[in-house]
Amino acid sequence: MDTTYIFLQHYWWFLVSLLGALLVFLLFVQGGQTLIYSIGKTDDERTVVINVLGRKWEFTFTTLVTFGGAFFASFPLFYSTSFGGAYWVWMAILIFFVIQAVSYEFRAKANNLLGKKTYETFLFLNGMLGTILLGTAVATFFTGSMFSVDKMNLTNLGGNVVISGWETPYHGLEAVLNPVNVALGLAVFFLSRILGSLYFINSVENSNITKRAKKQLWYNTIPFLVFFLFFLVAILLRDGFAVNPDTGQVDMESYKYFNNFIQMPIVLIVFLAGVLLVLYGVGRSLFTNWAKGIWFAGIGTVLTVLGLLLNVGYNNTSYYPSTYDLQGSLTIFNSSSSKFTLMVMSYVSILVPFVLAYIVYAWRVMNKKKISIDEIKNDSHAY
Amino acid sequence: MIDSILTSSVVEWSRLQFALTAIFHWFFVPLTLGLSFMIAIMETIYVKTGNEFWKRVTKFWMTIFGINFAIGVATGIILEFEFGTNWSNYSWFVGDIFGAPLAIEGILAFFMESTFIAIMFFGWNKLSKRMHLSASWLTAFGANISALWILVANGWMQYPAGMRFNPDTARNEMANFWEVLFSPVAINKFFHTVTSAYVLAAIAVIGISAWFLLKKREKEFAKKSIIIAATFGLFSSAALLWTGDGSAYQVAQKQPMKLAAMEGLYEGKTSAGLSVIGMITPGKEYNDGKDDYVFNLHIPGFLSFLGYRDFNAFVPGINNLIEGGYEYTDENGQKQIAIPVQEKIERGRFSIAALAEYKEAKEKGDEAAAADARRRLEADFKYFGYGYLSNPTDIIPHVPLTFYSFRIMVGLGIFFILVFILALWAAFKQKLENKRWMLYVFLWSIPLVYIASQCGWIVAELGRQPWAIQDLMPTVAAVSRIDAGAVMTTFFLFFALFTILLIAEIKILLTQIKKGPKIENS
Repeated sequence: MDTTYIFLQHYWWFLVSLLGALLVFLLFVQGGQTLIYSIGKTDDERTVVINVLGRKWEFTFTTLVTFGGAFFASFPLFYSTSFGGAYWVWMAILIFFVIQAVSYEFRAKANNLLGKKTYETFLFLNGMLGTILLGTAVATFFTGSMFSVDKMNLTNLGGNVVISGWETPYHGLEAVLNPVNVALGLAVFFLSRILGSLYFINSVENSNITKRAKKQLWYNTIPFLVFFLFFLVAILLRDGFAVNPDTGQVDMESYKYFNNFIQMPIVLIVFLAGVLLVLYGVGRSLFTNWAKGIWFAGIGTVLTVLGLLLNVGYNNTSYYPSTYDLQGSLTIFNSSSSKFTLMVMSYVSILVPFVLAYIVYAWRVMNKKKISIDEIKNDSHAY
Repeated sequence: MIDSILTSSVVEWSRLQFALTAIFHWFFVPLTLGLSFMIAIMETIYVKTGNEFWKRVTKFWMTIFGINFAIGVATGIILEFEFGTNWSNYSWFVGDIFGAPLAIEGILAFFMESTFIAIMFFGWNKLSKRMHLSASWLTAFGANISALWILVANGWMQYPAGMRFNPDTARNEMANFWEVLFSPVAINKFFHTVTSAYVLAAIAVIGISAWFLLKKREKEFAKKSIIIAATFGLFSSAALLWTGDGSAYQVAQKQPMKLAAMEGLYEGKTSAGLSVIGMITPGKEYNDGKDDYVFNLHIPGFLSFLGYRDFNAFVPGINNLIEGGYEYTDENGQKQIAIPVQEKIERGRFSIAALAEYKEAKEKGDEAAAADARRRLEADFKYFGYGYLSNPTDIIPHVPLTFYSFRIMVGLGIFFILVFILALWAAFKQKLENKRWMLYVFLWSIPLVYIASQCGWIVAELGRQPWAIQDLMPTVAAVSRIDAGAVMTTFFLFFALFTILLIAEIKILLTQIKKGPKIENS
């Protein structure tokens, strides 16, 4: 037992989970994009709504890219198995992010070929399908997928030399047939709209927009709770994919994810604290004129997602199970990079706090006071 | 032709898709890399002099930058994930080394770029002048640092260093991070690529400014922009030339087949000449007895000098590389006789078979047999990738495309040096406005610089086929297990989407340029 290696595998699962958790929080941009028409009723209002989102979209995008890069570097077998197998899901997600990246910059520019409405539709599609698909894909961490892995295929000259294969012709699309997966997708979608509304309340100086954002909080909190609770109850009650730490053998275990919470009380506390913070952030914003809800619900989102991802990765659990070949399931042990690479990457990760520090600094400078319609009108670079 | 494309295999579709997305990405990135520095220089002049003129100049070029940046980001995300979606075997086989630069790129560079770009665009009234200027510089550094990491990754594919194969995990694992980062190929590639991007951006600024002079608009702005861009471009060209020479030398040492393809050289020779202008025999194939060239104007001995720093050195051609038997100096400075590719293929297959035996012996717990298999695996590991090839001729890249792309790249690169010198001379002599032919040359240099830049990548990437990782994994073994039809579908999706976005981008850019910086009438 190489305890340093085991520690590093846990450390990198933590970092990847943290990036994933931050990503879900930052999906407030996507949620906000689906609310452009519900919250902005005039041209000016829509413009201010789009511009406050437009100053943050790159954070979300960069976090998604970094999440991908970090996952690749630390758990390359996941990268090769999931991306190469669930081809359609990942390609769809990518395409919905490609159309977002140009939309802010192109939308209001003269001669933009497709017209303002099209770019706004791109933003809407990214907000809706980007979030639902990401949530659905992550839910398969709990529910499993149909794939096989055999590293010795490399030596299979003249035959199939590819080590990972997807064993259904739908290449990832089959995930939407499982209601538990879809429930998480919809929960992420409604959560992103909640966070988007809270972000508008926090950053826009306009009473109409604040009023409408509050209304949206109501509309989205209820479906969010329904889908989230459905997903949560479903995974807590279902059998989970347990790994025997000595042999690496994967077996089904009753109430595995429930047991994980009980056996890892810190993870449970992180998760519960997250849920409570989200509820507090939303609740207080609903009933008072408080504008800081985004911070509480945002940090709450990070903790909740972190709790879920640590649950599925730690405590001898397979984080990417195969329902086709149980023994092909991926764990943080059998899918990680070498000890040396994880160590090198860990040195690099020392710089993460500095990165976070300048992001916080930049955010504070840019959001010192709320943004009004006038400010956007006088901004030469407004979207 | 269309028939043969539509029935292509998954490898060919995956290569086409990667090429398509990379080409689109590279339409936008180089301008961003170079323009970000020129913007930072312009803003520095503004902060130093307090002259509002320079703020306008800065803001105009920033608008151009922003439009380009967005679509660069949009086309970039695909590339990163394509390693997983389309090259899944590759992702496992070398992910332990290749993933790290991508992750570091995200953590160190992308966040820097995306954080400070927001300040650069929207922070004019929110921060002091100096803080804003710092943000502009940090955006430029962020963009260029991201280029460093992705080019380290690319350099590693061309010349795998700092790793060893682990038979227990059936993959290559990093053994020395510094050898990966400071691999001479990676470093040279970084400087060659970013300086080519600076040249591209400089030509774009000069060309656009020339258009204003032709229209007799915004003359002050245009002339000052030309001076900054031509100076920046000339320095960059010097570095580009230097690293280009380094690149040729490295290719000769590490990827001799690429060099032979660049020169269309089938039969190797001592004192080999560098072809300046030439036409290779159409339809020429390995061992078909045709001449290499229809005509060929060359500088005698120069190819030998570029590749081996010796005018008399022997440069192996495609025939020699396939048949072996010539003498060369290996990495340790020892004289060796090259072995034929057929033998490399056989030894690659031995190595692959030894891996299978190793695994089997391990499962049986037969340590002695495992050790023996491992020894055989390692003995021939440097030919591992050859084992996946069917024919020795599989190692020949597309010769005409590599040959002509190389000539276009180098020829235009030298032409741009003349453009920079001409621009600076004319600026110095106050003759920028009245030489209209010259302004037209500047303007028409813009499409040329994009062609040159793409040709550079064609030489680098097409010239190294069939390798995904030089000598260790050909593309046929690197690809994912998906249907060709699936990749064909996404290929056409990206093609349609990116083409539409490119047209939109060009229309927006032209409109913004026509609007101008609005300095004259203010």
